[in-house]
Amino acid sequence: MVELKAQMAGIVYELLVKEGQQVTAGQTVIIIESMKMEIPFEAEADGTVIKINVAEGDFVNEEDVLITIA
Amino acid sequence: MKTYNEKLAEKIEKITAGGQKKYHEKLREANKLFVRDRLLILFDNGEYEEDGRFANCVEKDLPADGVVTAIGKINNQTVCVMANDSTVKAGTWGARTVEKIIRIQETAEKLQVPLLYLVDSAGARITDQLEMFPGRRGAGRIFHNQVKLSGMIPQICILFGPSAAGGAYIPAFCDIVIMVEGNASMYLGSPRMAEKVIGEKVSLEEMGGAKMHCTISGCGDVLAQNEQQAIEYAKKYLGYFGANFQKLPNKETPKMPIPGRSLEEIIPENQNVPFDMYELIHQLIDEESFFEIKKLFAPELITGLARINGQVVGIVANQPKVKGGVLFVDSSDKAAKFIQLCDAYSIPLLFLADVPGFMIGTMVEKAGIIRHGAKFISAMSSATVPKISVIIRKAYGAGLYAMCGPAFEPDVCIALPTAQIAVMGPEAAINAVYSNKLAEINDNKERMNFVKDKIDQYKEEIDIYKLASQLVIDEIVSPSNLRTTLAQRLLHYSSKQISLPYRKHPVYPV
Repeated sequence: MVELKAQMAGIVYELLVKEGQQVTAGQTVIIIESMKMEIPFEAEADGTVIKINVAEGDFVNEEDVLITIA
Repeated sequence: MKTYNEKLAEKIEKITAGGQKKYHEKLREANKLFVRDRLLILFDNGEYEEDGRFANCVEKDLPADGVVTAIGKINNQTVCVMANDSTVKAGTWGARTVEKIIRIQETAEKLQVPLLYLVDSAGARITDQLEMFPGRRGAGRIFHNQVKLSGMIPQICILFGPSAAGGAYIPAFCDIVIMVEGNASMYLGSPRMAEKVIGEKVSLEEMGGAKMHCTISGCGDVLAQNEQQAIEYAKKYLGYFGANFQKLPNKETPKMPIPGRSLEEIIPENQNVPFDMYELIHQLIDEESFFEIKKLFAPELITGLARINGQVVGIVANQPKVKGGVLFVDSSDKAAKFIQLCDAYSIPLLFLADVPGFMIGTMVEKAGIIRHGAKFISAMSSATVPKISVIIRKAYGAGLYAMCGPAFEPDVCIALPTAQIAVMGPEAAINAVYSNKLAEINDNKERMNFVKDKIDQYKEEIDIYKLASQLVIDEIVSPSNLRTTLAQRLLHYSSKQISLPYRKHPVYPV
């Protein structure tokens, strides 16, 4: 099980995956807007999205778990 | 009756065989080389002269007292080396070990040549503590010497095994630390001690392994897959440096960059869309000339040695692909150390800016982002080597300052036509200046039009030609001409001389 954590504080700009979806390592799964920049976050491993903890527009802090992949 | 030569040969054979057989087997199991085999790969033709080989030779099982100190050549440059032998009492330091290390440091200082530390040691030999720990020529003197030598001669650490307790400060005082993944470790207290003293249960790899230090703590600079690779990295690194601070870095035959996309194709015009700064760097530098330092640590900022048309340059570049290229606490530390390294050894600095600024918010303020950022700015500001600042895209706020903006006396501040210099980006600026006004407009469409008008006005205000017109920046170049102008300018700036103001030293921010 791999937890994708926010590397920096910001607003969830776009969620690119849904729970249950298959993803591959390196695939962009979520975009955080921070410091007026769009920051893409990639899946660190192949697997299935088993949980999404955030919704578009949410504020997230550094180290918050965004998505769990297993 | 043995001749004296036979007796000598016998002694030498015994000493150079190192510790007991079982410890050699342990090395093999861990995929590690015997210390003398490491030296064979390290030195040109495997040739070196050794001092203190007979240390403790009348004692049992303490060949060379667990350390080899030697002088030889790497890339045809004389260097000094200290190398722990982990087959002798786990490479621990006894009284003679410490004395030998101190002497090789003194030799390197007198000869003004680089010093390499090949570390693989479990720390102090407790049974010898009175002789090796507290005194004037005890272990503390090793660190005192390292600090004294810092910035005078290159000091390089290759970590093959543990570097424990006090010994862990050897890498800490070196210019660069190369670690072998899986075997290298650094820690003040072992996992066993951590469990006893503070009740923490943790593995060695997790607490002080090479990967952790190269990605999280920043104590390691380069992660090597095996010992041979680590030694190769050290040799390549040395190739960028003169023997000491008074020598200029070595030039090499110029090479073209690797074939790839043009800078025009690499750089997106939309300031908010990330791109890969590595791709851009490789189009500016000579093929295979990049030696990256702290690649895995704070990757939102790239630091590395390279060559442009054969001339050595230290690159500090924002990476918009990671964390938007925003500067953090760790990236600031990373930059500060790298800039100090280049400045100490006359390596010109090239700043490639695409930076939205320093990170804001509670978390980074609590971590002291301001004092960490001050380290970066102070190191950059006090560097007297040639400094070239290139604004690739945005350079906002203190990000402009840190990346050697015009106020910090770069020899030139070059902008690409895609450059945008401002206190903050257009969207942020409009929100800040017109927040009350925006709140008063109820109609969505009207508000969007208002914002758009103001953003257009703002963009005109910070137009790069306007800045060039007012001499804020010195030159605007087409991306395809950037490499050529950099090569020419590095050549012209090589005679740069700046005398430092009379004082002892600044009070550095830490």
